[in-house]
Amino acid sequence: MSAIVKIKDLHKSFGTNKVLNGVSLDVQKGQMVAIIGRSGSGKSTLLRCLNGLEKVDAGDIKVCGHDIHHPDKLNLRELRKQVGIVFQSYNLFPHLTVERNITLALTTIKKMSVEEARKIAHKVLQLVGLENKKDAYPEQLSGGQAQRVAIARSLAMAPELMLFDEVTSALDPELTAEVLKVMEDLAREGMTMVLVTHEMAFARKLADVLVFMHQGQVWEIGPPDELFSNPKTAELQKFVSSDL
Amino acid sequence: MNSFSFLHVEYLLQAAVWTVVLSLVAFVFGGVAGFVIALWRVSPNRLLRNIASGYIQVVQGIPLLVILFVSYFGLAIAGFKLTPLVAAGISFAIYCAAFLGEIWRGCIQAVPRTQWEASECLGFNRFEQLTKVILPQAIKIATPPTVGFMVQIVKNTSLASVIGFVDLSRAGQIINNSTFQPFTVFGCVALIYFCLCFPLSALSKHFERKLNVSHR
Repeated sequence: MSAIVKIKDLHKSFGTNKVLNGVSLDVQKGQMVAIIGRSGSGKSTLLRCLNGLEKVDAGDIKVCGHDIHHPDKLNLRELRKQVGIVFQSYNLFPHLTVERNITLALTTIKKMSVEEARKIAHKVLQLVGLENKKDAYPEQLSGGQAQRVAIARSLAMAPELMLFDEVTSALDPELTAEVLKVMEDLAREGMTMVLVTHEMAFARKLADVLVFMHQGQVWEIGPPDELFSNPKTAELQKFVSSDL
Repeated sequence: MNSFSFLHVEYLLQAAVWTVVLSLVAFVFGGVAGFVIALWRVSPNRLLRNIASGYIQVVQGIPLLVILFVSYFGLAIAGFKLTPLVAAGISFAIYCAAFLGEIWRGCIQAVPRTQWEASECLGFNRFEQLTKVILPQAIKIATPPTVGFMVQIVKNTSLASVIGFVDLSRAGQIINNSTFQPFTVFGCVALIYFCLCFPLSALSKHFERKLNVSHR
């Protein structure tokens, strides 16, 4: 297995607020890495650094061979072809149909023909079980459906790495289940995934590596079962017990 | 003293054509410049942002009447003798550019930041983000205030009479001076203004409905 993400001693501050305080983490190809932790522990910032949405202050960070810390050498467009991200608030384009939401980047960035792009849209919509919604507008979808379209939109770009930023936090349990099912299918197919999540049961069941973040650092890391049943630090112990 | 007749109505309608011409000049030239100013206002380049916001502040801080005086009388003293239509056209375009620039800047910024982020994450560059994702959404937001401003411009063209431009209001004044029938004359003027402005408002509603496809 080769590392698709290599982070070494990553630092990031917003003003005087130190958000990432020396994070080191490797993600291997095909792995699912779940990041958990309290609000403000730096999970989402870490994820956003991975696709260049946030500028890094110090440290080494390589994603899919791209050096994120050196923007002059960094080809953001290429990076973003390889790294997909899905947000908590879906962020679909409200003025476009579901199908056009998916094909827009394919025809614009990848310069595909409309026909080709439509075929891919059909395929990814099938994957998330929403091919019958291709002509709907985002506002006509439920939260769960919108999130599945957002996942499909990212998948259409055929990324090597998928990032999920608390994608189920805005959904009720029933809708959460349908989104998690799509992510589970992706994991089975060997997609490399890094997710920030509050779905402990999901993380425990499917993640290969669980990362507990605290105060901008990787506080504990290891196989989920081990971390959940045998937390070494008081912080994780408290975090895990508060979830039960 | 002659009384208000069909000939006077014809004269008013001719003047109304000049009101429309001036409004169109103001809107087309002011619109193009206003669009550039709106884009500069949201540009990542600080220099462009400052130039645009400086322009807006200066123009918004000066009455339109003064801009008219400067461009007609002021430039004439400096050796540039402009016709009333050209001077009024330039003044109104300068004025429209500042206000439309600021209105449209607000509309662009009213599109949620997450839409920039989502399109950025898909690999769009700034131009593609603007043209494919942000502006199509901003246009929908911009339609009502833009039309509202256009209606204001049509009515404000009456100010151009101070530099000798014979628009609808000025024509009404001229006719009233000879007929002394202010109620009839200005009632007729008001009706023509209404006939110019009402279709604009109706058009705005039509566009809003048409652009509102995602909210059916």
